[in-house]
Amino acid sequence: MSKQLNYSKIGLLVGLECHQQLATRTKLFCSCKPRLFKGEPKVTFLRRLRPTQSELGQVDPAAYFEFKKGVRILYEADNETSCLVEMDEEPPHPLNPEALEVALTVALMMNAKPVDEIHVMRKTVIDGSNTTGFQRTCVVALNGSIEVEGKAVPIEHISLEEDAARKTGAEGFEIRYRIDRLGIPLIEVTTGPVIQSPREAQRVALAIGRILRATKKVRRGIGTIRQDLNISIRDGALIEIKGVQELELISKVVEYEAKRQLGLLEIRDELKKRGVTEDEIRGEFHNATELFKKTKCRVLRKAINQGKRVLAVKLPKFSGLLGREIAPGMRLGREMADRARFWGRVGGIFHTDELPAYGVTEGEVDRLKRLLKAGPEDAVVFVADTLENAADALRAVVERAKEALRGVPEETRAANPDGTTRYMRPRPGAARMYPETDIPPIQITEEYLQELASRLPELPEEAVKRLMVEYDLNEKLAKQLVDSEYLGLFEDTVRKAQRVSPTVVAATLTETLKALRRDGVDVEEVSDEQILEVFRLVDSGRTTKEAIPEIITWLAEHKDGTVEEAVKELGLTVISGDELRSLVDRVVYENEAVVKERGEGAFGFLMGVIMKRYRGRLDAKVVSELLKERLKSLYRG
Amino acid sequence: MGGNHDLPSLPGYKGEALKILREAEAQAGDLIRIFKDGTSYEGVLMPRSEYGDERHIVIKIRSGYNIGVRVTADTRVEKVGAGAKVTFKPPPPPKQRPNLPRVSILSTGGTIASRVDYRTGAVRPAISAEDLYSIVPELSDIAVIETEVIFSLFSEDLTPKHWTRIAETVAKRIGEGVDGVVITHGTDTMAYTAAALSFALQDLPVPVVLVGAQRSEDRPSSDAALNLIGAVSAAAEAPFAEVVVAMHETVSDNAVAFHRGTKVRKCHTSRRDAFKSVNVNPLARLADGQLTMLTEDYRKRDHDRELTLKPNFDERVALIKFYPGMNPRLIDLYVDLGYRGLILEGTGLGHVGRKCFPSIRKAVERGLIVAMASQCIWGRVNMNVYTNGRDLLALGVIPLGDMLAETALVKLMWALGETDDPEEAKALLRTNMAGEVSARSIYI
Ligand SMILES: [Zn+2]
Repeated sequence: MSKQLNYSKIGLLVGLECHQQLATRTKLFCSCKPRLFKGEPKVTFLRRLRPTQSELGQVDPAAYFEFKKGVRILYEADNETSCLVEMDEEPPHPLNPEALEVALTVALMMNAKPVDEIHVMRKTVIDGSNTTGFQRTCVVALNGSIEVEGKAVPIEHISLEEDAARKTGAEGFEIRYRIDRLGIPLIEVTTGPVIQSPREAQRVALAIGRILRATKKVRRGIGTIRQDLNISIRDGALIEIKGVQELELISKVVEYEAKRQLGLLEIRDELKKRGVTEDEIRGEFHNATELFKKTKCRVLRKAINQGKRVLAVKLPKFSGLLGREIAPGMRLGREMADRARFWGRVGGIFHTDELPAYGVTEGEVDRLKRLLKAGPEDAVVFVADTLENAADALRAVVERAKEALRGVPEETRAANPDGTTRYMRPRPGAARMYPETDIPPIQITEEYLQELASRLPELPEEAVKRLMVEYDLNEKLAKQLVDSEYLGLFEDTVRKAQRVSPTVVAATLTETLKALRRDGVDVEEVSDEQILEVFRLVDSGRTTKEAIPEIITWLAEHKDGTVEEAVKELGLTVISGDELRSLVDRVVYENEAVVKERGEGAFGFLMGVIMKRYRGRLDAKVVSELLKERLKSLYRG
Repeated sequence: MGGNHDLPSLPGYKGEALKILREAEAQAGDLIRIFKDGTSYEGVLMPRSEYGDERHIVIKIRSGYNIGVRVTADTRVEKVGAGAKVTFKPPPPPKQRPNLPRVSILSTGGTIASRVDYRTGAVRPAISAEDLYSIVPELSDIAVIETEVIFSLFSEDLTPKHWTRIAETVAKRIGEGVDGVVITHGTDTMAYTAAALSFALQDLPVPVVLVGAQRSEDRPSSDAALNLIGAVSAAAEAPFAEVVVAMHETVSDNAVAFHRGTKVRKCHTSRRDAFKSVNVNPLARLADGQLTMLTEDYRKRDHDRELTLKPNFDERVALIKFYPGMNPRLIDLYVDLGYRGLILEGTGLGHVGRKCFPSIRKAVERGLIVAMASQCIWGRVNMNVYTNGRDLLALGVIPLGDMLAETALVKLMWALGETDDPEEAKALLRTNMAGEVSARSIYI
């Protein structure tokens, strides 16, 4: 599988949907702060979302299935981060003008044409992630274009929408969501499906991200930017992959998806060669509970002891195809398991391509195959659960098997952190967009657009050049800063803490924070104001630049702590005045022999001793002056 | 609004936009292309909100989004294709089970019983039994349903004449032997109608359940389905035979509360649990399919009891909320207009400023019935505690105990509708007819 694919030959086409949270003062449709909360919820409430018919009288089958099963949603809230609007207990307030301005700014930066009158829509989403059962969204501009490595990439839509609630758990038929994130403004940038390689997908995403950050109005941290990818290959299907949170993962997801679709096409061809027809896949379920009564497989044993059943189905001539790896970590068997989990709420499935294993013996497999009259060419899939769940699960498996004969099924998949993907739900139908009648349309005037155009933020390339000239930063640091979301804070800091070198500030905001993040420090807990305060202390000489990482770490760990407290708590106040003088004297005295031997030449050695012992608490410049002075006086004396 | 099926071809459009669309012979639902400023926009022509201006055309573009395109001097519209006729096809209704109780659902309008056609912008009542079964299939497990649209109005447009019509229709259905009646109603004035029916429908043999929704039925999160299930369940099987309001008990989708029609008030503008029983506990609740009575003091269901219909209301009754600085001439005005009764919504235990006394005296002398409820909402009036109250009593103002001001208004309208004799009307006002007053104030 490691061979390099020829992407143009397989007809790869990728479109990006880039979602970025905005750092506005309030949410999109209410006046709550766009913040998340930790700890126990103050408020919980239970809801059921009922699939409604579209204007065509259709009901989304997946949604209706979930509803019929009795799925309930338990929402968690507190009073700081949500109000009755997020609870769907109050109509939305008018669209946040600050968010709209950011979206229009981005639109102008991407040469898109803002729409004359914005209409907020309801996009049906009934997995519980929106208390209303729909997401409010509006297209703000159309037909833009950005240039990425000399190629024009069309921007089809720039939209503004509300972020969804975040899932915090699921037990049985109860799903838990926290509504703090619900309503945070998201800008969505949708490219045309013109991207032709995994690498290009990543470059385009990076370019879009840079433009968004140039507005200095974006939220930062994990989960604040999310990419959805629409990926297809020739003869494959348009697959929507949701929720890629890291830029570095994009090329991998695209590569794996191309491979997955190719692999599924190969399976299709192989099934054709074996002469399988859809009628042959009959979906007759056999009760195999008796057969596994004395099994050593713990999963099966446990289920049987709980009174559950083992149901099995034969997939004719599928032997070897369920276990075949079609892309790293992805197999048809796993796709069937995903479907079974979704439709049957089972933990997983067993299939004969992976057996004997998991305590299931060869003898048991043989008896199972005999029970289902399965030959060596056939595969058998079985599952242990309540009769109802097991039957739902196997029905989904049979459906997926039939789809394998046709090639790649259209579906929405979710990205895993390793770049693989999993089945999420069937692709929603087109007719799921309704007008949000509670929000009047918003007209965008020519005058307003002209005014916005006159004060557009500088483009990322321009910013890099300016930083290099204005602050004497090297190119690498300047680029990192522009890519970092911290450019605004950098300029603020340099202006307010003028004695700290801009290079130190830039390096702290990029490399230092990155290193801390890698060490597991929750840097997002530290506010811009606190970081600025740290630099001010350095600026006034009350602490040193070497102490910065320690202070930030302390602040991340002490949510309500102040910078002053951090410095005091950590013992990082700078030693100065008489205390410093006596400290220098002490070190000189302790190393009398060296001083005697080398005279003023002992400076380097002594400096090293002092700085090592009191690192982070001394201003090296002041120490060096004092030490020189002391040595000079000794030498002369 | 209403069941208007003869829709205009360009709903909501006016002025310039209408002109240019007419010229292109486009109709709502058609695929059109708009050319302007060197670009073009293609999409399905959508209806315009009646509050929209005259300068924008709304289209649904391919991605499903609606956008408004401004008509300028050089804008051109071209019809690309005719719109596909969209018909609403509810899924086949579930099988009826004839041995279940019979419930009549009467529709009066409001959020619960309407559907918006997003393509044409028209609102139509969704109240055929098939519609209801398709929207809430669970209903077919509870009752055999027959439906009737009495009218389709926002509840703030209802008048006492509508109460009369509703009462008469309910009486007719009960006369036909149904096991219970459900009335779908806009929530804003549902409590007034509930009070009106409580007085108009006496000696009820079966339950009469008013039901509404705070979120429209076409939204996945609508409270309509649960409320409707609760209402139909109660109409079919509840042990009580009273007029009640069925709405969410809390903000969660797990319980429906049934409030006595004379003791219920809409206490929140938007929450699902906006309706509260005031000064009493709700009559009953339904959770997990189980109906529990919350009081022992209720009229029991009895098929053989004979309903007494008293559906008349006299609209010449006013509800006057006293406030600091109120001009007493407002009271005179009602007297001059020929009103027959006034409910004062007084402060605290039942007071109004002394400046109003002469006007009140005049009203009483002219034969108006003047009665007192409290604007505190919770608690009962007691006009013996302060001089002010005692003086009002001496003027002939009738204290109404713990009766809600809105219920008092409805009751006096009803009493004066029933009799021309003020003394008889006063006697009715003082008598507990439908649980509107209680002798004890319980701690809730
Ligand atoms: Zn809010």
